[in-house]
Amino acid sequence: MSSVAQKKGFGATLWDWLTTVDHKKIGILYFLGGGFFFVLGGIEALLIRWQLYKPNNDLVSAGLYNDLITMHGTTMIFLAAMPILFGFMNAIVPLQIGARDVAFPFINSLGFWMFFFGGLFLNISWIYGEVPDAGWTSYASLSLASPGHGIDFYAIGLQIAGGGTLMAGINFLVTIINMRAPGMTYMRMPLFTWTTFVASAMILFAFPPLTVGLFFLTFDRMFGGNFFHHAMGGNTIIWEHIFWIFGHPEVYILILPAFGIFSEIFSTFSRKRLFGYPSMVFATVLIGFLGFMVWAHHMFTVGLGPTANAIFAVATMAIAVPTGVKIFNWLLTMWGGSIKVTTPMLYALGFIPSFVMGGVTGVMQGAAPLDYQLHDSYFIVAHFHYVIVGGVVLAILAATHYWWPKMFGTMLHEGLGKVTFVFFFIGFHMTFLIQHWLGFWGMPRRVWTYMNDQGWDMANLISTIGALLMAVGVIVLVINVIITSVKNVKVSNDPWGDGRTLEWAIESPPVFYNFPTTPLVRGLDTVWIEKMEGNEAGYTAAEPVKDIHMPNGSIIPLLMSFGLFIAGFGAMFRTETSWGLPVLIIGLAWTFVCMAARSLQDDTGYYIKKEELLRDMKRKGGQA
Amino acid sequence: MMKGLKKWRLFSLLAVLTVFLAGCGQEELSTLLPAGQVGKDQFNLLLLSSGIMLLVIIVVVAIYLIALFRFRRSKLGEDHIPEQVEGSHTLELVWTIIPILLILVLAVPTVYYTYKLGDVSAMGAVDDEGNPENLVVDVTAKLYWWEFEYPDLGIVTSQELVVPTDEKVYFNLLAADVKHSFWIPAVGGKMDTNVENVNKFYLKFQKESSGLKDGVFYGKCAELCGPSHALMDFKVKTLPRPEFDKWVAAMQDSKDNQVVANPQGEEIFQQSCISCHANSGVGESGAYGPNLASFGDRNRIAGYLDHTKENLVEWIKDPQKHKPGNTMPAFKDQLSDEELDALAEYLMGLSVEK
Amino acid sequence: MDLNKKFTPETWPDHPEKATLEAKNKFVGFWLFLGGETILFATLFATYIALKNSGPSGFGYSTKELYELPLVFVMTMLLLTSSLTSVYAMYHLRNYNFKKMQLWLAITALLGLGFLMLEVYEFTHYVKDGFTYSNSAFSSSFYTLVGTHGFHVAIGLVWITLLIFRNAKRGLNLYNATKYYTFSLYWHFIDVVWVFIFTVVYLMGVIG
Repeated sequence: MSSVAQKKGFGATLWDWLTTVDHKKIGILYFLGGGFFFVLGGIEALLIRWQLYKPNNDLVSAGLYNDLITMHGTTMIFLAAMPILFGFMNAIVPLQIGARDVAFPFINSLGFWMFFFGGLFLNISWIYGEVPDAGWTSYASLSLASPGHGIDFYAIGLQIAGGGTLMAGINFLVTIINMRAPGMTYMRMPLFTWTTFVASAMILFAFPPLTVGLFFLTFDRMFGGNFFHHAMGGNTIIWEHIFWIFGHPEVYILILPAFGIFSEIFSTFSRKRLFGYPSMVFATVLIGFLGFMVWAHHMFTVGLGPTANAIFAVATMAIAVPTGVKIFNWLLTMWGGSIKVTTPMLYALGFIPSFVMGGVTGVMQGAAPLDYQLHDSYFIVAHFHYVIVGGVVLAILAATHYWWPKMFGTMLHEGLGKVTFVFFFIGFHMTFLIQHWLGFWGMPRRVWTYMNDQGWDMANLISTIGALLMAVGVIVLVINVIITSVKNVKVSNDPWGDGRTLEWAIESPPVFYNFPTTPLVRGLDTVWIEKMEGNEAGYTAAEPVKDIHMPNGSIIPLLMSFGLFIAGFGAMFRTETSWGLPVLIIGLAWTFVCMAARSLQDDTGYYIKKEELLRDMKRKGGQA
Repeated sequence: MMKGLKKWRLFSLLAVLTVFLAGCGQEELSTLLPAGQVGKDQFNLLLLSSGIMLLVIIVVVAIYLIALFRFRRSKLGEDHIPEQVEGSHTLELVWTIIPILLILVLAVPTVYYTYKLGDVSAMGAVDDEGNPENLVVDVTAKLYWWEFEYPDLGIVTSQELVVPTDEKVYFNLLAADVKHSFWIPAVGGKMDTNVENVNKFYLKFQKESSGLKDGVFYGKCAELCGPSHALMDFKVKTLPRPEFDKWVAAMQDSKDNQVVANPQGEEIFQQSCISCHANSGVGESGAYGPNLASFGDRNRIAGYLDHTKENLVEWIKDPQKHKPGNTMPAFKDQLSDEELDALAEYLMGLSVEK
Repeated sequence: MDLNKKFTPETWPDHPEKATLEAKNKFVGFWLFLGGETILFATLFATYIALKNSGPSGFGYSTKELYELPLVFVMTMLLLTSSLTSVYAMYHLRNYNFKKMQLWLAITALLGLGFLMLEVYEFTHYVKDGFTYSNSAFSSSFYTLVGTHGFHVAIGLVWITLLIFRNAKRGLNLYNATKYYTFSLYWHFIDVVWVFIFTVVYLMGVIG
């Protein structure tokens, strides 16, 4: 088990990745998986915009268009944005808190494979030819009426992927609670770790309602349930409540880590401590809490009555306060700093005006009576893309450039990175700014075509051109990745030169046990503190070198997730084929056998011997 | 009410914003050119909230730009180590309290209008003689068309809502199959038509539609309801009260007194169409297909096609081609071209306004 | 971690369930998992409350006439007792008394099994009355809420049976102590959920 690079055959390498429980590798798997789905969702978006670039276009049919919008939304939220953020959380958070791994490496791997197979299941619908078509919200009356297996793919696929997300959430929570290095108190944690913590707590409380909702939908469609069949006494509004009790926190689950990423970047490239760190932490927690109090603002037009609408309207507006605190703290972090406009910083700078735009339009829609006009119009499409793209996607792109050297050991090309930014940023505003007005001008969302002569033609054309520019930006990024991966110029521990948190004190990429000795954390931005005191290594060891306990890899997570994947098909075809029921039972039994095998196996991991560690450290020039 | 209006004058600065916002849009369907009290209330909220938000954006962008230009490393030198400021309680207090105040300024009118627009208490009111004081319309949304019943008047129509101007019109909203949402952008915000409960709200139409481009306001379905969601449009005709009363009387009369433009067409209608479509405006909601009593007066075929005989024939031949997922069968094999022509002529002649 | 390390009651730690980092992780993680489970059941409860007594037009079932309160009371007693016996088991876990712990856990499992069998009987009884899963929104929400609880009981039974047999020969160590302990947490959680079901579904259904 030496860390000396060995040449391995393709089979061995593949097996290594399939069985890995190393948080850094799982992080990369999440990143690649999420990246794949991001491209897929992007292609769907381009088709949507291409269909709408002129009135009465017939590029796609009405049904296919609904497939596209449903899969675009579902893919981007569940299979792209969240997994990519999980990728960064996995790759970075343990390093930031000075841990050697996450709390549950096995479950970490299981979470990834469940996401992967869930996403695969969902997208097999394209091959099968019956695709989810009731929107990513899948409102119950329409999703029950939808013919074919499309919605079944949605319900089961998300159920599997959602299970993985829940596991990942619990894993990060326990990791951050239990695995912090000596001296890493809660109020010394980097903000990305903090936001990961709060987002994970939100996952823990937001995903069970989704699980239940999808369960209801599955049973209504496949097993004779009546939760939403109103003729049988069911109620479709229950789905709307359950969906948004999950769905609203979900938005914050996405945006909080994005806030964390930008907090790191602002601080690093302003060479300055994050302004008002305690209030940043407090604002994060408050946003997390309020995130659960406002779900009905998605339902102002459902007819809940003026009292409910008024309460949720005011609660919604309240969220603007902690979010505003964050914006001003970022601005004041820059103020008086030494700002270097690197590619990640460029994204952070682009984020501020974009996200403020998205935020203020959110407050506008919080005003319930105004929302009666804006709801389900293109205004809301503009709003949530300003938040999700202007916030989350810009954060993902920023983090990709920022942490690329830490994850892959080489730098993305800065020039190409800036080209990506310019295309993406201009394209983004071009696509979505005008959509606010489309909403004002009466264009409902989710329409597959529109008649001419309603004053919408030019705005839609502009929007489509913007989408193409964004695509160009992403293509440049892919080229950048390919070029730098081929060149593969190795970089030092802290290639940006201004690293402040623990991940910059170790190699890029880190050895599989991360820290030869557990670091001693001496304050917020501990690496900065050490560097200012002249300690080039960036961290002080908290203890002498000793044996390190590491978990064993395992193929069981993959096998277990595969069992659920198989069972999903069984459930879907249970009533119409003879093999459906047996396959359902076999799939679930298989999963259960895997679980039992894991439980009975007593896999307690292995130790890296002290001598081996010392050898490693010596070879690298005796750091630490 | 007048007091409320006066309050808005204080925001005359926002007039500039109005010009900015109202830069475009067409008056038959733009929320920026509201043609009724509900829409105007919502537009006022839009101005207020946009004003506040613009203020926020300006402050943020100003600080942002100054910071960005003043504190560049290229200016300060590569070795500059800035002071590691921890924060400032005063500043943090300032940018907590000011947003709270701004939010309050927005929250008060929000709550006020929420209750004002949600007030349907006058809906069932009757005068001393037991006559209803307000017009009530029962809206039923179906795949992919709209049925409008006037329960107190005993008439029903579809696809084109006809309402009097300058009075509150109350709506009962329900969906017959899947959820839809009832939206007339130029007149006021939308409300969902749920499948399991009746939603109530009101709108006030304060502009006659005859002056508009097509002579109608545009109505939209705002909730994804299946493949033809985009085509689930309807139109709204607003008439002064006397003309509206005339229209109602003509509708009530349409059962006994019908224009027959083509007798052969009528015969075909009686054989092939009547099981789903009524040709009399007297009745209740609940039909399989849209009521056609006033078909000839309408502005569009199927809610969105130009109102020509050719389009009507094309529609009857193959409705799925035009509105995928709707429930009308195709008649291209059942009816000959000649029969279709007669039927179309008959239908185009069905009118209560001529 | 050394699975073969032998302990005596004196060397056995006070809190064997969280004596190592791995154990602490499991301990905290399991509590969080139960937090998520709470939300899951809360959603099921809310749905049940919204849909109870609701069915197609002419629906003839109501909570008042349907539920067999005496039977449910016996079930409640069985499950409450099993929670108590699992407390005894944990007492012996703390004191490194493996045999007694196993015995009390076996009793816990038997009581749980009794509960489950009565629940199956109860459901069959309702189904025979025509109150099937697909009968109405009421029946769907009832069977899903109570059934999900029953499913948890079943999972718990399999879990504890595996634990009892797997460790029968080798006794307690710091590795399986956490497993036993988390099982007892789980069992208490199930019990608490049942108390809510008994109150909200049955008592409030028949009396309220």
